[in-house]
Amino acid sequence: MIAESPTKKATYYEELRGKGYSRRDFMKFCTMITAYMGLQSSGVAQVAEALKNKPRVPVIWLHFQECTCCSESFIRSSHPIVADIILDKISLDYTETLMAAAGHQAEAAMQKTMKDYHGEYVLCVEGSVPAGADGVYCMIGGKTSMDILHEAAEGAKAIICWGSCASNGCVQAAKPNPTKATPIHKIIKGKPIIKVPGCPPIGEVMAGVLVHLITFGTIPALDGIGRPKAFYSKRVHDSCYRRPYYDAGMFVETFDDENAKRGYCLYKVGCKGPSTYNACGVMRWNNGVSYPIQSGHGCFGCSEESFWDNGPIYARQANAGLFGIEANADKIGMVALGVTAAGIAAHAVATNLRKHKIVEDLISEGKQGEKELKEQ
Amino acid sequence: MTTSTTHSAHHLRRVFVWELPVRVYHWINALCILALIGTGFSIGDPPAIMTGREAYSNFWFGTTRFIHFAAAYLFFFNFLFRLYWGFVGNKYANWKNFIPTNRAFWKDMWGIIKSDVFMTKGYNLHAIGHNRLAGFIYFLTFIAFGIQCLTGFGLYSAMSDWWFPNLFSWVPFLFGGDFMMRQIHHWAMWFFILFAIVHVYLVFYHDYVEGRGEISSMGGGWKFIEEETFKKNMEEERE
Repeated sequence: MIAESPTKKATYYEELRGKGYSRRDFMKFCTMITAYMGLQSSGVAQVAEALKNKPRVPVIWLHFQECTCCSESFIRSSHPIVADIILDKISLDYTETLMAAAGHQAEAAMQKTMKDYHGEYVLCVEGSVPAGADGVYCMIGGKTSMDILHEAAEGAKAIICWGSCASNGCVQAAKPNPTKATPIHKIIKGKPIIKVPGCPPIGEVMAGVLVHLITFGTIPALDGIGRPKAFYSKRVHDSCYRRPYYDAGMFVETFDDENAKRGYCLYKVGCKGPSTYNACGVMRWNNGVSYPIQSGHGCFGCSEESFWDNGPIYARQANAGLFGIEANADKIGMVALGVTAAGIAAHAVATNLRKHKIVEDLISEGKQGEKELKEQ
Repeated sequence: MTTSTTHSAHHLRRVFVWELPVRVYHWINALCILALIGTGFSIGDPPAIMTGREAYSNFWFGTTRFIHFAAAYLFFFNFLFRLYWGFVGNKYANWKNFIPTNRAFWKDMWGIIKSDVFMTKGYNLHAIGHNRLAGFIYFLTFIAFGIQCLTGFGLYSAMSDWWFPNLFSWVPFLFGGDFMMRQIHHWAMWFFILFAIVHVYLVFYHDYVEGRGEISSMGGGWKFIEEETFKKNMEEERE
């Protein structure tokens, strides 16, 4: 094992060899992650080169208002190296869930990393920050999460927002958002922020984002709301294996009907695949075993902004928001239609009363013409 | 205000109001909107079809969506053409009919609301083309057209490789994603439904109380205007 010296830090490859992985294992991992990142096969060499030569990037991983499903997803990604490479106790300088240290020691380790690697470390944030009641809804080591975030973000090279909590606030930011849960990009300005939304995000996606940072030293190409394009540029709908049923118009009507047993499209029972951008249909979960649609449940759009407030999960309807849970666009539209019809009827009656004279004149003028023609 | 009395016949002047391009635009637009509403409802809430056939032998939902997208392209370019015609067409097609640019426009509008909606005063027969209130409502429909085109092509951009729909790929991010855009697209459709119903009613209403051939004007392009209104408009034109 190559010991870590204060002058020269071990590279990822050295760390892994030290942990007993063979070069073959290492190359397999590089090939897999390259494919996941959507690079061509020549990218394998770039990835391998980077992991072999570059010293590990120090990572601080903070947990705020969240359920730790992002961490769970990450350590269950399909290749063991994924977890080892980042979640190894050396690579990860601070993370409440998995670090060995506790209490003052842990806080000291974080302070040390922030000082030693100022401007170099990657700050990963899992969870949103409560802005309500001076931040007392989430406090760690006597400090509010707001203070901790500001302190940690100050010297960070880049910030990665793991999951929907950090990216858009997720369930705790759903209306009425009692703790004023706030996503990271609304608090920290002027730092490169990568959003990796999902509840949780796919482990391989998380690893892919980190490997991109390590390999290229740059922020991956992001879409309009800051998600890496490599993983979030296609709709779940476009890679869905049930898509042919959609185009054929063969839908599940209820979860216990014959169509559900036949595996038809879940569009009508509320699948949000057509408006959700994620890689679930391609990468799937738990070593590519399955994903929600494959398990017979529609996508509920967890990688989209404020998905909890975007209407019912089990129905396709444009909900009203303003008019209560039961109201949707079509119901209100029908009411408006009725009101319009009633208004028209009232107007027609009023026309015949109020403009009686005018209409009478027109009619008599017409009749006069008719009469004159007849007399001739 | 009309001053006609019983037995005094109106002398009518034939005025060419709607040029052929305007009429063609109108009917293409109407057919597109009908097709878009019909297919749109079907896409938003497809009918339940239970079938034992294999998926490969069905494509009705794909066809419905195709009609929606094809009609959307036609609608969009037809709309663009109408905007262009607002600058080169005759005075009844001009953009100034739709956008309130002066106080007189608003005053006139209020007068029409009083005479046609609340019916508190007699009939205002001054206008030959669009009256001011109608013009302004059409301006609002143009805004609705715009919203529908933006959100529709914004949603469509993810399914297309062509550069044209991809010009709209920034739209979803205005609303934080496809979810909200889809909702706005669905909501805005109801404006079209309500507009179409009121529009058709009012065409009949105007024909009924004016006797100028309002209904057929979108066919032949002409209306029959009372001699005195005609002269009044001519005087205004001179000023």
